[in-house]
Amino acid sequence: MGITGTLALQAVQAILAVALAPLLTGLVRKMKARLLCRLGASIFQPYRDIFRLLRKEVVLAPNASWLFSGVPYFVCAATWVAAMLVPTFTFDVRLAPAADLIAIVGLLASARFALALAGLDVGTSFGGIGASREMMIASVAEPAMLMLIFSLALVAGTTRLPDIAAFVQSPALGLHISLMLAFVGLVMIAVAENGRIPIDNPATHLELTMVHEAMVLEYSGRHLALIELASSMKLLLYVSLVSAVFLPWGIASDGASAAQYGVGTLLYLAKLFVAANLLGFFEVTVAKMRVFRVPQFIGAALMLGLLAALLRIVSESL
Amino acid sequence: MITLADIIVDAAAGQWPRVPVSADLWDLAGQQLAAGTWTLVAHWGEPTTVHAALREPATGTTGILSLDATNGHFPSLGRYAPAARRLERTIRDLVGLEPEGAPDLRSWLDHGRWDVRHPLGVQVPAVAPEPYRFLPVDGEGLHQIPVGPVHAGIIEPGHFRFTASGETVVRLEERLGYVHKGIEGLLLGAPLDRAAKLAGRASGDSTVAYAIAFAQAVEAACGVSVPLRAAYLRAIMLELERIANHVGDIGAVCNDAAFSLMHAHCAIMRERVLRAADLAFGHRLMMDRVVPGGIAKDIDQKGKSHISKLLAQIGKQFPALITIYEDTASLQDRTVRTGMVRHDLVAQFGAGGYVGRASGRSFDARKNFPCQPYETLDFEVPTLERGDVDARVRIRIREVEQSLSLLRQLLAQLPEGDIWVPIIPRLAEGSTLVEGFRGDIFAWVRMNEDGTIARCHLRDPSCFQWPLLEVAIDGNIVADFPLCNKSFNCSYAGHDL
Repeated sequence: MGITGTLALQAVQAILAVALAPLLTGLVRKMKARLLCRLGASIFQPYRDIFRLLRKEVVLAPNASWLFSGVPYFVCAATWVAAMLVPTFTFDVRLAPAADLIAIVGLLASARFALALAGLDVGTSFGGIGASREMMIASVAEPAMLMLIFSLALVAGTTRLPDIAAFVQSPALGLHISLMLAFVGLVMIAVAENGRIPIDNPATHLELTMVHEAMVLEYSGRHLALIELASSMKLLLYVSLVSAVFLPWGIASDGASAAQYGVGTLLYLAKLFVAANLLGFFEVTVAKMRVFRVPQFIGAALMLGLLAALLRIVSESL
Repeated sequence: MITLADIIVDAAAGQWPRVPVSADLWDLAGQQLAAGTWTLVAHWGEPTTVHAALREPATGTTGILSLDATNGHFPSLGRYAPAARRLERTIRDLVGLEPEGAPDLRSWLDHGRWDVRHPLGVQVPAVAPEPYRFLPVDGEGLHQIPVGPVHAGIIEPGHFRFTASGETVVRLEERLGYVHKGIEGLLLGAPLDRAAKLAGRASGDSTVAYAIAFAQAVEAACGVSVPLRAAYLRAIMLELERIANHVGDIGAVCNDAAFSLMHAHCAIMRERVLRAADLAFGHRLMMDRVVPGGIAKDIDQKGKSHISKLLAQIGKQFPALITIYEDTASLQDRTVRTGMVRHDLVAQFGAGGYVGRASGRSFDARKNFPCQPYETLDFEVPTLERGDVDARVRIRIREVEQSLSLLRQLLAQLPEGDIWVPIIPRLAEGSTLVEGFRGDIFAWVRMNEDGTIARCHLRDPSCFQWPLLEVAIDGNIVADFPLCNKSFNCSYAGHDL
């Protein structure tokens, strides 16, 4: 497909990331509500919340610096770029050569760093607590993520997402223990990175237990809308990432027909739906863990990554 | 060694005889409190007198000591007994009597926002409030986290000042008094029916327990004994209230560990209890159903069957919920060994309810002050030793089971007869202790001859539980505070009164 075609597909993928992200959040909430015998809000409620926040005025602390009001735009932009890099329904997009796992991790890490700075900026105690907890989690989650990427790279020989997916899709792939371990590890990291139960509770009102929510407690109006949107996009990103790497079936490859794009889109939506339900179900069945248990949880993911890499090396030398 | 019985031996009969004492005996009481041989039950003031209700755990003797404080001073009991300190600060704020030698003279309920000072004593115009000084904490790398008084959830207001080293709490200091409603002031001179309503609103979730406490104090003062049917119906309401609150609390504790499944199912069960109460007694919380002299509304056969149906339903569903609580490892990991309270502290403060019983203090007003109908009923007072969040949840679970059994017995034995007798007012005083769901509620009433209230004091069980929360969180992490706080579930309204 020509440059215009891939550009158009890239634009579609970017719009999909923004357009579908609140729906995914809404689906997870709906699933949780139904499991708790509640009717729950409509799955479109997150859209309404974002539009409501966009209309509201911004309340700024008097001592907030330019950093505080600038960070939401940066966080949203960085997360959006990262989200549009992850293949959703096709690999044939303009930025496919840049769809590198390390680039995605870098974008998310800078967004997180900016948000932690903003949390510290206004000087409230909750912002500080949230920022320090977020950084504590990041300091173990990011190495674990890189370890997993490393083991994937060992298996597939690349860190580019389309190539990894092509490798997983290839009929030559047999039963791969390393890939399975990496899959479990990546799901654990996804839970931790998105601040879901058991790491953090996105629905809590208890300031003292918050991680991500404590950092953004001072935000309001359009700033909060951007941050909420960024959180939703991050969740979408991780779901897309896990499905693109481990369940890439149905994703249209280069030069596919219109029907294949259609199938790719439908399968992608189905994957999102299944992921939302699984996440909702999982969140209802576990309690949140103590803050100091989080490194152990993520440490397990790190160990899975390490094990995957080791097994790969051992099996290669045999 | 002198015993409480030695002091009150001459006093008239009754469970709570009040005896005027000299300053020496008052001081001796303080020493006995410090030694732990006596427990403070309540401590309150009048414009020229201070009272201390005491109990001797070894013998079960109870009595009220009164010290003349016409000169505006009284020797502090807080020097000896930490449990008395906040009560003395309350006396100082409300009545204006100065506790001599008290270790802490900061204001407690009076935040400088009232029109007058000493609303229950000699009123003087308010002055500009001094800034409240929190206790200093020294150390390297410590930081403070102020929380409240306005919280994110729909809960009552209270301020918590944490000093933390990283995530670990070094000290928690509470500041309460934001919901002072002046109930005791409103009760001054109130006619009996209005007074009963006011007392029932001291703490909304314990409205039945407060109404019973007030009614029993009035009945003790006027020498009235209520008909047996009324006593049974009161007990039915009290146990329904206990079940509703305990079940709600069990779910809420789990919800604070982000385990919403229990919360949802417990909320449904609590709602069932409230609806059954509504059908049987005409009010979900059974507010204003207990009046001095008996109860306001009788229950019919239909109401009885509603409660029986409820008991059958809960009896079936409750064990399944408890299995979820006990079998969820992630939840147990949060509750076990979190927020521990030692037995000696519980005994020193005389903390009642699940807070006391989870740390091995078996006091229960239904057993220790048996009255109709509890003395003829078969029930146990569960106790545990560990004193952590898990123990407080498990005490609630066992108490729900006991209350279910009590309700079955009460319904089966419910006698026929009157539900109300008139109160013939006289100039007299009466006191009582009633076991609400949080613990023992103390009520003291002085009646006028015309049937109005001359003076009344209500002491919430939370008064002796709030200080222990400060201890429970020590050495825990900041993020575990909501869990500890919910497992205590102290009343702000009842404490601030």
